[in-house]
Amino acid sequence: MELSRRTFLKGTLVGGVGFSALGFDLTPVYAQTQGLKISRATETRSTCPYCSVSCGVIIYTLGDKAKNAIPQVVHVEGDPDHPINRGTLCPKGSSLEQDILNDRRLLKPQVRRPGATDWEDISWDQANAEIAQRVKKTRDDTFLEKDSQGRTVNRCEGIAWTGGCTDTNEFNYLVVKSMRSLGVCYLENQARV
Amino acid sequence: MSDRKTLQIQRMSAHPGPIPGTGVQRDVQVCKLVDTTTCIGCKACEVACVEWNDMPFGATTFDNTYQTMPETRWNFWNLIKFNEHPREDGTVQWLMRKDQCMHCADPGCLAACPADGAIVQYTNGIVDFNQENCIGCEYCVSGCPFNIPKLNPGTKKVYKCTLCSDRVGEGLEPACIKACPTGCLKFGTKDDMKFIAEERAKQLRDNFGMEKAGVYDPESIGGTHVIYVLHDATDPERYGGLPKNPTIPWSYTVWKWLFKPVLGAFALFGGLGVLLHYVTVGPRRPQPEPPNKEGTNGNGD
Repeated sequence: MELSRRTFLKGTLVGGVGFSALGFDLTPVYAQTQGLKISRATETRSTCPYCSVSCGVIIYTLGDKAKNAIPQVVHVEGDPDHPINRGTLCPKGSSLEQDILNDRRLLKPQVRRPGATDWEDISWDQANAEIAQRVKKTRDDTFLEKDSQGRTVNRCEGIAWTGGCTDTNEFNYLVVKSMRSLGVCYLENQARV
Repeated sequence: MSDRKTLQIQRMSAHPGPIPGTGVQRDVQVCKLVDTTTCIGCKACEVACVEWNDMPFGATTFDNTYQTMPETRWNFWNLIKFNEHPREDGTVQWLMRKDQCMHCADPGCLAACPADGAIVQYTNGIVDFNQENCIGCEYCVSGCPFNIPKLNPGTKKVYKCTLCSDRVGEGLEPACIKACPTGCLKFGTKDDMKFIAEERAKQLRDNFGMEKAGVYDPESIGGTHVIYVLHDATDPERYGGLPKNPTIPWSYTVWKWLFKPVLGAFALFGGLGVLLHYVTVGPRRPQPEPPNKEGTNGNGD
């Protein structure tokens, strides 16, 4: 059988195409898992704001705190070093990322004045000033030096204080000192953090 | 990046020839342990899964139960199934089971998949989908004994739980395991999880009056990398349709081990025959016109 160079090349080509079509793939195969999205993220320890258990959380933000990097929260999960939850979280705590990245999250103080139907944005300075005025007025109006039986009590019955679960011990110390100095008796806080 | 891959592939769907890099590194078999007896149905694992995998939110379905939706979705890989099981004394037993990919040792999805490298099994036991190779045929959906893979109709790709292969590859535990507040979810090597599960089942049998308590690690698919401790291991169906003896549909076995090689051989020999004919006989040349006989014309009468 005469086999010309041209016929041989044609045959090689047809054979090669045939083998590839049948699934003989000679290229190397790589499959990588997705990279860890928090591998170089900045870790910030915080406390879950929901219930009184006060679980520790780690907030992962994009960027390494460089001057030009604007941090963005990418993930929140439990803090394994925290003695209360040791890394675990409940469903509400697990969803904290959506608590932070939320269109409806309040970023400035709001007030709903007596009789008003809507909330009104006010500045921090104005909010502090108004709160101070109201505290002064309420305390002056409701301060009680002696009770109905004539005993000296020196208490303010018109104000109560409730603390949130992310308040630290130090903050709660200041709260108790300042509220006691006003004579507030209805004092509730949660000095656990 | 070093030569050492974080996770080495052990099996690959529809891949002809050996898997590159197999047999060069050791790996432990990882496993999730779900103790259904201590699950309180808080769904922290569901939320942690959606958060970690950055999956888009979807509306949930209310069906007169606490269950978030009837079954897993392409963007919801981890579902607590709530089941009410009537006891013999008339009371109701409330069973909760974390439903997700079981990461079978002998995965039906991988056996069914016709796309090269769309489904891989790592040496640590994780079965993972590579969506860039997925052709959206949904054979894996019908090949799965647990009804887990789900098609995203928008991208025509199939998705399921990855056992957080990105986290496990970097040495972390899966997101659902980390979140679980009761500790009913555990993660570790398969050997350790089997040991803990058997200990817990023994404890349930001896101290809690659950004579039928046991471990769910079905042998019919070579074991799974998600194992359950059940109150009653003799009837896993009551936990939201957990099959007692999950099997890969026989049609896939026939297709893969009989039809595919035989038809491939036919195609190969057919192609070789054509080639041989071409080389020995040569191409088909235009035939000379047959001599035009008298009395016949183009109408063929």
